[in-house]
Amino acid sequence: MRTLSQVWEIAWRSIVRTMRQPAQIIPNVTFPLLLLAINSNGLRAATHLPGFPTSSFLDFFIPIAFMQGALFASGTAGVDLARDIDNGFLNRLALTPMRGVALLLGQLGGAVALGTIQAAVYLGVGIAAGVRFETGAAGAALLFVLAVLIALGFGTLGVLLALRTGSGEAVQSSFPLLFFLLFLSSMNLPRNLISIDWFRDLATVNPVSYMIEAMRSLVIEGWNAQALALGFLFTVLMIALGLAGSALSLKTRMART
Amino acid sequence: MRDQHGIQAESLVREYKGGIKAVDGIDLRIEPGEIYGFLGPNGAGKSTTVHMLTTLLPPTSGTARVAGFDIVKQGPQVRSAIGAALQEAALDPFLTGREHLRLQASLHGLSRDERKRRSTELLERVGLSLAADRKIKGYSGGMKRRLDLALALVHEPSTLFLDEPTTGLDPQSRTALWSEVARLAKGEGVTVFLTTQYLEEADVLADRVGIIHRGHIVAEGTPDELKAQIGRPTIEAVPADPDQREAIEELLLQFGTPTAGDPLSVSIRCESEADLADVIRALDAAGLHVAQIHMHEPTLDDVFLAKTGTSLEGAADEEELEAVSA
Repeated sequence: MRTLSQVWEIAWRSIVRTMRQPAQIIPNVTFPLLLLAINSNGLRAATHLPGFPTSSFLDFFIPIAFMQGALFASGTAGVDLARDIDNGFLNRLALTPMRGVALLLGQLGGAVALGTIQAAVYLGVGIAAGVRFETGAAGAALLFVLAVLIALGFGTLGVLLALRTGSGEAVQSSFPLLFFLLFLSSMNLPRNLISIDWFRDLATVNPVSYMIEAMRSLVIEGWNAQALALGFLFTVLMIALGLAGSALSLKTRMART
Repeated sequence: MRDQHGIQAESLVREYKGGIKAVDGIDLRIEPGEIYGFLGPNGAGKSTTVHMLTTLLPPTSGTARVAGFDIVKQGPQVRSAIGAALQEAALDPFLTGREHLRLQASLHGLSRDERKRRSTELLERVGLSLAADRKIKGYSGGMKRRLDLALALVHEPSTLFLDEPTTGLDPQSRTALWSEVARLAKGEGVTVFLTTQYLEEADVLADRVGIIHRGHIVAEGTPDELKAQIGRPTIEAVPADPDQREAIEELLLQFGTPTAGDPLSVSIRCESEADLADVIRALDAAGLHVAQIHMHEPTLDDVFLAKTGTSLEGAADEEELEAVSA
């Protein structure tokens, strides 16, 4: 009970500070929407490719907005924690009876809050722009849950980077590497339509592809148990590995007796 | 909360990578309710000592007990018993003062009612009631320091660690903080471990002072005891004519030994019973003129000089230069 209360207090602070930085939220929410608008128009000719799974590139591409939002949320979580390390706030917390697990879970509160806002905005804007879910309202709700979980997963990676480096600049400079994962996935084309072998192979071993395909299946395919299982599996794995790595790094970073 | 145990340390060492010993075998015996001033320049080992005593940094060797608990084996108990305001007032610029107190109180397990009562009381005590609901980014340095002190006191600790609490504060804020610290020790029986690089702060506030230099405690005692070890006063004369500097120096050396001082002046530590009048008479008889002449009783800087061979200010520069070249 005590740990839960500590998680809540740290999460509360993380949410409050995130919400009080509109300059951090607004670009994070709007940039993926801008890219969605550009790509769903600029790349719609791709829907004429034989075997392309839908006639609407907007329907095909909307999961990318959720993925980009999640990546931005990871940056927020990481940079905020790195600032805490840098300015000594982590020491202040370490001097209380706070447990390490409460810090890790609570610190992700801001990332989850941002991920939730982003998911709600993208879902609303997508539906208003004409996205139709083959799985109906239940599928939209499930996509929302998966998007928030992905934001949490990438948030754990941001926290891990912050704990390893202790520097906001280092977290920010690692950020393009995460975006690289997105570009090397089935972001722009279904994997079976990627004609370059090495790119298709990389997209196949890239877990991000399966997260995208799980969300995409809810929009354009209907209920696809395999795509959903793989998407959720890789998301949960990312959360678990991110938390485990962060817990180890926290032990070194917060070396209190 | 009245402390019953104080602080004890034996042969406390903290060694960093490369074999650098930031703290090299210090012993401490601080009585309950005492204000202990830990005086030394930047890089002397003050903050490392505080980090070890507050459990943030495990010692490489040695033992210490704070508020009756072992700092290595009973870290959580130590943390519950102590409050600490570390060197930088680490505050979240996006939270208000009241929100900081709420967070700190909650993490210490205070109930909702207790949190409210304690926050209101502490904000009042440190003079931040009117600014309580403003975000920290609008606070001055003094306000941040006062909030930092309030945060350290939120769970009513029996032992308080203050790491250079007045660095960068204006004289008024400094005096206000001194009064509060003195009240905590004398009124509430809180043991205070205070690091400082200000001689005046240690002199005015501390019951006892430990002087740390390059990881070693080189002197310890009440400010008066330490100054008494130096014994003799210092005489400092500024020649009216720079050409007479050597002659003045030669004459003054009849009354004592040379000591460091302003480069434009001649300074000696008196070794005989002679007083200022004797020196002035001798100067007058020799036809030597001085623009200014002062005699002052020993200060803690004189103690520092006597124990380390350098003044506190000079030592700070030296330590910083060494840190830069390392």
